[in-house]
Amino acid sequence: MPRANAAALKDAGIAGFVALMLAVPLVGFRTIEGPSGLTLQTRFDWVAYGVIAVFIGRLLLNVWPNTWRLRPQRAQQTSNAQHQTTMKLVALGGVGFAVALPFLPFADRYVVDLAITVLIYIMLGWGLNIVVGLAGLLDLGYVAFYAVGAYSFALGAQYWGLNFWEALPLAGALAAMLGMLLGFPVLRLRGDYLAIVTLGFGEMIRLLIINLQGFTGGPNGVSGIPRPSFFGFPFAREVEDGVMPFHELLGIEYSTQHRFIFLYFIILVLALITNAFTMRIRKLPIGRAWEALREDEIACKALGINPTNTKLTAFAIGAMFGGFAGAFFATRQGFISPESFNFLESAFILAIVVLGGMGSQTGIVIAALLLVVLPEVGREFAEFRMLLFGAAMIAIMVWRPYGLLSRRAPTITLGSGGA
Amino acid sequence: MEYFLQQTINGITLGAVYGLIAIGYTMVYGIVGMINFAHGEIYMIGAFVAVIVFTLLGMMGVTWVPAAVLIVLVTSMLFTAAYGWAVERIAYRPLRGSFRLAPLISAIGMSIFLQNYVQLLQGARVKSIQPVVTGAIPLIETGHFQVAVTYIQILIIVLTVLLMIGFSLLITRTRFGRAQRACEQDQTMAALLGIDVDRTISMTFMIGAILAAVAGVMVTLYYGVVDFFIGFQAGLKAFAAAVLGGIGSLPGAMLGGFLIGLVEAYWSAYFSIEYKDIATFSILILVLIFRPTGLLGRPDVEKV
Repeated sequence: MPRANAAALKDAGIAGFVALMLAVPLVGFRTIEGPSGLTLQTRFDWVAYGVIAVFIGRLLLNVWPNTWRLRPQRAQQTSNAQHQTTMKLVALGGVGFAVALPFLPFADRYVVDLAITVLIYIMLGWGLNIVVGLAGLLDLGYVAFYAVGAYSFALGAQYWGLNFWEALPLAGALAAMLGMLLGFPVLRLRGDYLAIVTLGFGEMIRLLIINLQGFTGGPNGVSGIPRPSFFGFPFAREVEDGVMPFHELLGIEYSTQHRFIFLYFIILVLALITNAFTMRIRKLPIGRAWEALREDEIACKALGINPTNTKLTAFAIGAMFGGFAGAFFATRQGFISPESFNFLESAFILAIVVLGGMGSQTGIVIAALLLVVLPEVGREFAEFRMLLFGAAMIAIMVWRPYGLLSRRAPTITLGSGGA
Repeated sequence: MEYFLQQTINGITLGAVYGLIAIGYTMVYGIVGMINFAHGEIYMIGAFVAVIVFTLLGMMGVTWVPAAVLIVLVTSMLFTAAYGWAVERIAYRPLRGSFRLAPLISAIGMSIFLQNYVQLLQGARVKSIQPVVTGAIPLIETGHFQVAVTYIQILIIVLTVLLMIGFSLLITRTRFGRAQRACEQDQTMAALLGIDVDRTISMTFMIGAILAAVAGVMVTLYYGVVDFFIGFQAGLKAFAAAVLGGIGSLPGAMLGGFLIGLVEAYWSAYFSIEYKDIATFSILILVLIFRPTGLLGRPDVEKV
């Protein structure tokens, strides 16, 4: 087919030309800060490789379109009951592994610490999933609630001497209240406006923390945040009189590892509570209303669901879990600063939810594992981390818009007659 | 009074830049109904191309300022337009007809990608160039305080006004403008009448990118410093401007840009410079709550 081949060549040529246009200014030249202002370095070899790669890639796509091009997939419809049993088995296995992890032979301090980070992101992902996955509201400022949770514990400990267990409910309540406060006016807006407003809100919280220097410590952050204790038994080698440390309580040798394992179990329990809560609430009328709203807001209005109130509950509950995770983050780090709560953090949590497949609890676990552990394993790729996230978010939207584990079946269907 | 006048001049200059970026948001929103979250990054790329071309011209010995500025403008517009086209083709076109939030998520991905792409290729440090356009016209002089318009401010304002006029003519008088407005109203119908919808959308993205590139060049000339992160803040503020003016409305975007620029200048001058960003975001939120259609926008009714 000479004509088809000519067309394929022409198309590949256009793609190559565009690649050339993109590459010449930014890849071809690199600005170097010299002693007397900027100088330039050229890298035209890189440009050539890039353009040739694009040309050949596009040509291959054109010549064998069906073998190479992935089709955008639709949400699969498998049998609900069968799917649920497999999912239950996977979940049980996962939880079993998570509980056993700190006692496994390879679990040194580094592994447990990494596992804690993964669990924080799983919890944040599950919290955000309520807002984005279930209710279909794109929240780009989720990190604001995380920050509020972290700061309510850090400042509560600093000014009123609250300990972790007293501050935890406070952190959740404050974050939820803030979510309501923000949500009440803005949840009437269309989805994409909402996204930008939440983004602006997240930035405002961060700027407020930076600028209210007298109260929050400003850019220097808050340090010396107390560690959690095991029902009043602290994790320490030396303690004041009258206080029994944890290792004496159990009558075992003191080890710094205990504190990490304890932190690990706190976040594991918090994350599992988030999950159990979500799974249960999806079956309640309010949870079903969220999913219905996500699919069709106008139909919901016609059926008498109040969209603003329904969204508000999702927003507040999602914020509450963000607040819990924030308080945990503060106690785990011992030090927080506004730097930890920037937009990239929000984008990272959103990437976990999107990659996992919005609405899928198991998908989020897998995505969090991938996104947190992969950059740890491939340290040399660390600087490409965010670049790859960006590319992955686009690729997921183009090829698998419903996420890695794609299932968007309704949580509940009518009996045999319905469905 | 003199101080107020000086801040007004500064605010209008800043507003012109926001307005140019805001047009890109508003046009794209009008035609495909999505927020092009990566638009701030397009502006940042425009600014980077300007820095690179300025440095190149300096090394080649082109020192006549008008020629240098013109060359930089044209090359930056050209290359940035290519980015605008590629962003649409790669991240948005495959998603038409996908679920509602898909293009927005893809746009966030694109924005993160472009930021890191520029950071990796050009380094994370701030790039600064020598002032190119210098000098000022003093307006009022009272002993210790002088009100002046710098040449670069005049250049920015004049160029913005010229672009506005040219752009309005493009949209109202030309074949492309008609096609663009037709696609905005009804893409299916426009396609049936022989308009190449894909091409029109691509052109819209390219025009948005060209205007953002001009804004980028102007900012490079004005402040002389650029880094890979400038697109985020500028993009947010320009979006606030587009919403304030009424998203989808072109004169609205310009008006919104000027208003946001003035608010920022006055706020930094009379209240506190630390809270100027909070002030602009608050405006965005207040406008969306009390007048979601903006100052000049038309209400849009959601249909089944």
